[in-house]
Amino acid sequence: MQFDPRRVALTLAAPVLALVAAVAIASLVLAAAGDPVIEVWRTILQPPKPRNVVNIINSASVLYLSGLAVAIGFRMNLFNIGVDGQYRLAAFVAAVVAAQGWLPGVLNIVLTIVVAMLVGAMWAGVAAILKVTRGVSEVISTIMLNAIATALVAYLLRKASVQVAGSNNIGTAPIPEDSRMPGIALIPGAPNEVYGFVVVAIAAGIAYSVLLSRTTFGFNLRATGRSESAAVASGIDVKRMVVIAMLISGGVAGLVGMPLLLGSAYSYGLTFQSGLGFAGIAVALLGRNNPVGIAIGALLFSYLNEQSNPLQILVGVSDDIVKIVQGIVVLTVVIAYEVVRRYGVAQEQRKVARELANQRRRDSEEVSAA
Amino acid sequence: MRVSKLIGTFAVVSLALVGCGGETNEPTTQTSESTGTGSSSAPEETGEEPQSPDYQIGMAFDVGGRGDQSFNDAAAAGLDRAAEELGVGFQEAAAETGEAETQREERLRTLADAGFNPIIAVGFAYGASVALVAPEYPDVQFAIVDSDAASTPGDNVTNLIFAEEQGSFLVGAAAALKSEAGHIGFVGGVEVPLIQKFQAGYAAGAQAVNPDITIDVTYLTQPPDFSGFADPAKGRTAAEGMYQGGADIVYQAAGGSGGGVFEAAAAAGAFAIGVDSDQYNLVAPEIQPVIITSMLKKVDVAVYDFIIAVNEGTVESGDVIFDLEADGVGYSTTGGAIDDISADLEAFKEQIISGEIEVPTTP
Repeated sequence: MQFDPRRVALTLAAPVLALVAAVAIASLVLAAAGDPVIEVWRTILQPPKPRNVVNIINSASVLYLSGLAVAIGFRMNLFNIGVDGQYRLAAFVAAVVAAQGWLPGVLNIVLTIVVAMLVGAMWAGVAAILKVTRGVSEVISTIMLNAIATALVAYLLRKASVQVAGSNNIGTAPIPEDSRMPGIALIPGAPNEVYGFVVVAIAAGIAYSVLLSRTTFGFNLRATGRSESAAVASGIDVKRMVVIAMLISGGVAGLVGMPLLLGSAYSYGLTFQSGLGFAGIAVALLGRNNPVGIAIGALLFSYLNEQSNPLQILVGVSDDIVKIVQGIVVLTVVIAYEVVRRYGVAQEQRKVARELANQRRRDSEEVSAA
Repeated sequence: MRVSKLIGTFAVVSLALVGCGGETNEPTTQTSESTGTGSSSAPEETGEEPQSPDYQIGMAFDVGGRGDQSFNDAAAAGLDRAAEELGVGFQEAAAETGEAETQREERLRTLADAGFNPIIAVGFAYGASVALVAPEYPDVQFAIVDSDAASTPGDNVTNLIFAEEQGSFLVGAAAALKSEAGHIGFVGGVEVPLIQKFQAGYAAGAQAVNPDITIDVTYLTQPPDFSGFADPAKGRTAAEGMYQGGADIVYQAAGGSGGGVFEAAAAAGAFAIGVDSDQYNLVAPEIQPVIITSMLKKVDVAVYDFIIAVNEGTVESGDVIFDLEADGVGYSTTGGAIDDISADLEAFKEQIISGEIEVPTTP
């Protein structure tokens, strides 16, 4: 395909337009609430300290995996809202297994990751089986499974937890020192390290890209997502595709909690981060299910989260404003892509019409000349 | 056009949301006017005011923050009182649901970097982050509510912990003494070890009075869903079920959901027991008669005492236990509904303080 500057400009226009619109709307919200608009943006846009850069990369890696898990479903027209329950259940079971220390060092890490993926896939598989055998919408079943996962983990956590006497927190036993994933001192001058799991997250992104665009399975998956009837007509077993896509989505969802478990928390307790599955939906939407797009979306969200944290203390503005900005960004991205797409289609139509008109004129000129 | 309408609607909703939030969050930085200087200065100038101490207090709230009418508000009350008496400024920030551990750490670091000292973290969720951040700022005195020195150690960390089970024992005894049906209830916000301490003490107290008493127990949500501390509708439904099942007194340890329990009690013509603060004083007058007593968890006193100790240079790190003996927990008598049994309750209190009765912390 030849390089078309107009096409590139259109592709970049959508996210830029969305961000500008989001900032404008958020500023209006701030101004209406009587908050210092300039101060807020200055705080959010100030260059992060090395320590904060590490935090941004770390939390982006978690969001990225969650976004990937959701995106795999999206490409198949499956809305896996259950990533949240899948990753929490997976992280809990993996934490329990990892703490046993059945295998030494690195092998234990591998076992932990495999267990997490299996549990995530299994939990998503329940929704897949319900869909292909009973026709239950995965939207409904995964939401319900989230609630069940919450109750199940809460119940099992009390059975499996070790509680320090007098402490009000409970959690699984910490995983052995030698099966913790070492960090990477990526950012100079930062006292903290980037999760070693960032490498796995990047690998997952590459695998996602290759799977979708370079394999028959990926083609079938995208074809089913575009048109189920066309996929059936061309001989694709749609039910099988639904099950496999859900299992992969759930398997990746199982990875979501791993950077936290292996890189910082080392156990699953009451303060283990929740709600990552829902954040992943927004990140996948923002990234248009594109592996690089999801990465940018994850980095943007984690940048906003990190930079907004001091807002309350330094500027006296509730950091809820960032939740609003994030919501607006997702909405404006969806809208901006649609606007830009329509504009592009209209441009294309006009171009074709112009060329056709020119050709017709030339034809008629030739006729009259003859 | 549909798109512009969508944006419009969203903007309006956002505005409404921010409007609501703004009201409670407005005075994030406050200065006391009782410093005697008579000048009503801007918050930033607090440090320059003559006679006022040259420090400011930082407070990191748990989810819900100031305005939750419960746990966080109790801490805020202690902060307000101390700040006013000492004439110092303060800054506060609240946790978000589903935030990363690093966000809690950064919140504490931001406060420390901005020069706030002492810094008070409210809630056991800060346990790990205080343990990590405190050593980085050896000159800053930290306090953490609800996490003991074993969980949150540190040379510059004061652990403010409470014997909730002892206070709950007394209100459990009160419930058993006042119950005519021999059937009482307990509504917990979220099933975490902290709230189970309330339940364990309550049940032990009730059984000490009446070994055959029936106790219904319900928790509104399971972790990590902490909405059970902020959902009055859930509290109401749970309590309604208990009253319909024959219970006549329900004790709630459910934070912001507790209001629903009181409403259910009023509708059923039954009684309820409040928690943390003297809730008789916090509810509408028509609800007041249903609250026979409240289990007091004096977070406000703990916070106030800590700040005063820092001010006087007498603060000590490690566990500071607020139990019945230290008057850190107790029961309220406002409204006079339990005046007739106060002798029994005081007798139990003496037995707990002397160690004759040992109250369990797990159900």
